[in-house]
Amino acid sequence: MSRSSSRLSVWVLSGLTWGIILVMLILPLVLIFTEALRDGISASLASFSDPDALQAIRLTVVMTILSVIINTFCGVMAAWALSRYRFTGRSALITLIELPISISPVVAGLVWLLLFGAQGWWGDIMLRLGFPVAFAAPGILLATLFVTFPYVTRTLLPLMEQQGRISEEAAMLLGAGFWQILFRVTLPEARWALLSGILLTTARAMGEFGAVSVVSGHIPGMTETMPLHIETLYNGYQTVAAFSMATLLALMAMVTVAARSVLEKQSGQKESSSVTSGAKAV
Amino acid sequence: MISAVFGRIRRGDPLPGFGLSFGVTVLWVGLLVILPLTALALRPWHDGGGAMLAALTDGRTLASLRTTFFCAAAAALLNIPLGVVIAWSLARTRFPGCRIADALIDLPFAIPTAVTGITLATLYGPHGWLGQIFTLAGLRIAYTKAGIVLALMFVGLPFIIRSVEPVLRNLPGDAEEAATLLGASPSQIVTKIVLPPLLPAVVTGFGLAFARGIGEYGSVIFIAGNRPWVSEIAPLLVVVRLQEFDYAGATSVALILLLTSFLCLGAVAVLRRRLARMTGEENAA
Repeated sequence: MSRSSSRLSVWVLSGLTWGIILVMLILPLVLIFTEALRDGISASLASFSDPDALQAIRLTVVMTILSVIINTFCGVMAAWALSRYRFTGRSALITLIELPISISPVVAGLVWLLLFGAQGWWGDIMLRLGFPVAFAAPGILLATLFVTFPYVTRTLLPLMEQQGRISEEAAMLLGAGFWQILFRVTLPEARWALLSGILLTTARAMGEFGAVSVVSGHIPGMTETMPLHIETLYNGYQTVAAFSMATLLALMAMVTVAARSVLEKQSGQKESSSVTSGAKAV
Repeated sequence: MISAVFGRIRRGDPLPGFGLSFGVTVLWVGLLVILPLTALALRPWHDGGGAMLAALTDGRTLASLRTTFFCAAAAALLNIPLGVVIAWSLARTRFPGCRIADALIDLPFAIPTAVTGITLATLYGPHGWLGQIFTLAGLRIAYTKAGIVLALMFVGLPFIIRSVEPVLRNLPGDAEEAATLLGASPSQIVTKIVLPPLLPAVVTGFGLAFARGIGEYGSVIFIAGNRPWVSEIAPLLVVVRLQEFDYAGATSVALILLLTSFLCLGAVAVLRRRLARMTGEENAA
């Protein structure tokens, strides 16, 4: 009797689980695609030929690539310093690196206006130098760098801690320099974690809305990234165009999620990474 | 100066690269984190404490803060039963499609907030698939506080699941088996054996979801309706104040949001450390 009741409870439980997932996660996802294709696929595709849409895609791609390059390089350096050496202030540095994750996107945009906005510390100077930061591409880059700041270090650090520095010391004794050790020994061993961190950075950089919305000034065809352009289209009742752009962003996001779960399987550390992924996205 | 303080410790280390990697890290953190946050911390006092106090005691500000805290707490609370059920299924049973379900859970982390925002606003809007059903029942979701709570539930659900799931996986199943053999009813097993050790993980998940909910912007503003005093969230008020060039008002609200989420995550960190120590001691014994 207890066996059949436990089997029943499994059925009830899995039914409940799928019910929640269906209403809360799958329905919204399906709606993105159906709204985009409401007037047929050609209408959906045609919305991408709009010059403002193309400029938004171009700006998003450039900002994402730049942020990934800068935060990956600096993030690897930080992971190396934090995992290979022990020094005073190390834990303070780790806390500072993790700080941006817990900050509201709106605040992440606001801080750059306080530095480079019209009333900001250096807003006037930058304008006079002919290099506006606020309401221009450099401001968008700074905001994107801020919100994607910790991801590479966060995914690399636990793994590099765990691996220890024995291989690096061996390489050093064999006469390898810093760059050689980094590229020939450390990074190959940590390549899955590194790739996972890069994917997280990419996904977050592409989709950032609040921070970029505050610093960019929202100028169509100039400082609008893809998420901002979605807002403009949606508020202008261009539903098909808005959801077509949303579909593109959502597809890119889903590809990164799928790629990360493949990576996790590759590195066989599914357990540990799913534990941290909750905190990772805070 | 900074490197003199920090760097001295490792002068004797033969492994190359400390100076370079440490220098890059300090420069990176200094320019992108410390500098902007310092500007934020200093700005509200720029116009004197009076201006800050005026900004914070403003009725619209207080109303928006109340809306934000209430909706974030309600969403995180409502997510607890949903999250625990899903985490339980994922950790304890191999139900049909569990691999797909596991992958879908992380979706809210990945989908850009603006996409979430317009999607939920359409789904729960008066003509949306679910909005129509609620309208028949006489309920309005979109453009009310209920819409804000729903958006925050979407964003926060993975935090609860991913906090509870690993604990459930590591919890030995033999206590439940023993209880079954001793004749405990399923409800007794759940309330007396399963839920108590889950509590710290549930609180952790609640804290993470709440902290995220306080700051959330993109997924909320489309469905919220944004009526001042009623359904205006605090992050939106920051944007509104900025558009009015009221920097003191914007930074005051921003600082409150910042401090609340730091406090919340600090409490979660303390709880986690205590939890780790507890499970560590259990393993040792």
